[in-house]
Amino acid sequence: MIPAIGLALGIIIGVLLQPAVPAWLQPYLPIAVIAALDAVFGGVRAILDGIFSDKVFVVSFLSNVVVAAFIVFLGDKLGVGAQLSTGVVVVLGVRIFSNVAAIRRHLFGA
Amino acid sequence: MSTPDLEPRPPRDARHAWARLRRAGSPKPTRSNIVAAVLAGALGFAIIAQVRQTSVEGLENLREDELIRVFADIDQDGEQLAGEISSLRASLELLQSRTTSEEEAQRAAQERLDSLEILAGTAVAEGPGITLTIRDPLGEVSAPTILDAVEELRNAGAEAMQIGDLRIVANTWFSDADGGISVSGTVMSPPYVLLAIGDSNTLAGAMEIPGGVTATVRRAGGDATVEIEDDVTVDALLPLQTPQYAQPVPTTDS
Repeated sequence: MIPAIGLALGIIIGVLLQPAVPAWLQPYLPIAVIAALDAVFGGVRAILDGIFSDKVFVVSFLSNVVVAAFIVFLGDKLGVGAQLSTGVVVVLGVRIFSNVAAIRRHLFGA
Repeated sequence: MSTPDLEPRPPRDARHAWARLRRAGSPKPTRSNIVAAVLAGALGFAIIAQVRQTSVEGLENLREDELIRVFADIDQDGEQLAGEISSLRASLELLQSRTTSEEEAQRAAQERLDSLEILAGTAVAEGPGITLTIRDPLGEVSAPTILDAVEELRNAGAEAMQIGDLRIVANTWFSDADGGISVSGTVMSPPYVLLAIGDSNTLAGAMEIPGGVTATVRRAGGDATVEIEDDVTVDALLPLQTPQYAQPVPTTDS
């Protein structure tokens, strides 16, 4: 409940402040957001599995974000930034789908 | 990363899962809840920032071929707009020159109209000129004398004239009548007052040359006085007469 309120609060603050993304962050933010979403869905699934650990959630959240950003950074340096970004998004998308599928099985038994 | 989502687990009882979710969702200000809330807030903020960035930014995320396409589009639009600008400018110039020439023609026509109106006696005229007063106590000044005066004034460059309250134009005629003269059928008696607009010194000189109008009147026992005035108003008007038989021939040279 409180994390959901936090999410809503973050969205509201974002809408109100109309933040401009700094230029150095622009290539990494979209991937970081996807990675964080993956961590959030993973966390919800862990709650339903009964193995949720706040430490694991925080670490996985932050490491997902950092690793995703690092991969994009590395891809940019190697000249394959666009392709690598696409690859990361695909992988994270697959993981989000599988997590959502697990959540669905838990909640609806289907 | 030790996210637990990769280990396959048998699906559990649905009721059990809902209870778990409820328990996890109950608002307990535990450390894990706070940390998760902060991270979720950061996520929401980042999502909005990115959404806004995506909607704001135009070109930075485009690939090369897309940029080339955008550039070609802009190029084409620019050419189209430049063509539009030049055609609009051309029509503007056309309209301006047309307006100018129309104004020119209208001014010329107005000048023509003014001079013709003064010539035909349908407009009031004013300007420098003279007042010629011919007193004739003996009744000896005849119509030819007045006609001479008018002709002299014309020769001296009079542009508009009136005698008494009658305008003198090209077809005004004078003849003798009982007790005075008849001007185009209107009988007038002395003294005759002639107003003439023109170069006043020339007009006055024309009246006073030896053997001229003044001398003739004096010989007949009358008296003619000329007054030079800065502002003579010839305000007698004639109705405009449309020629019944004569038709203007259109000029073909323009």
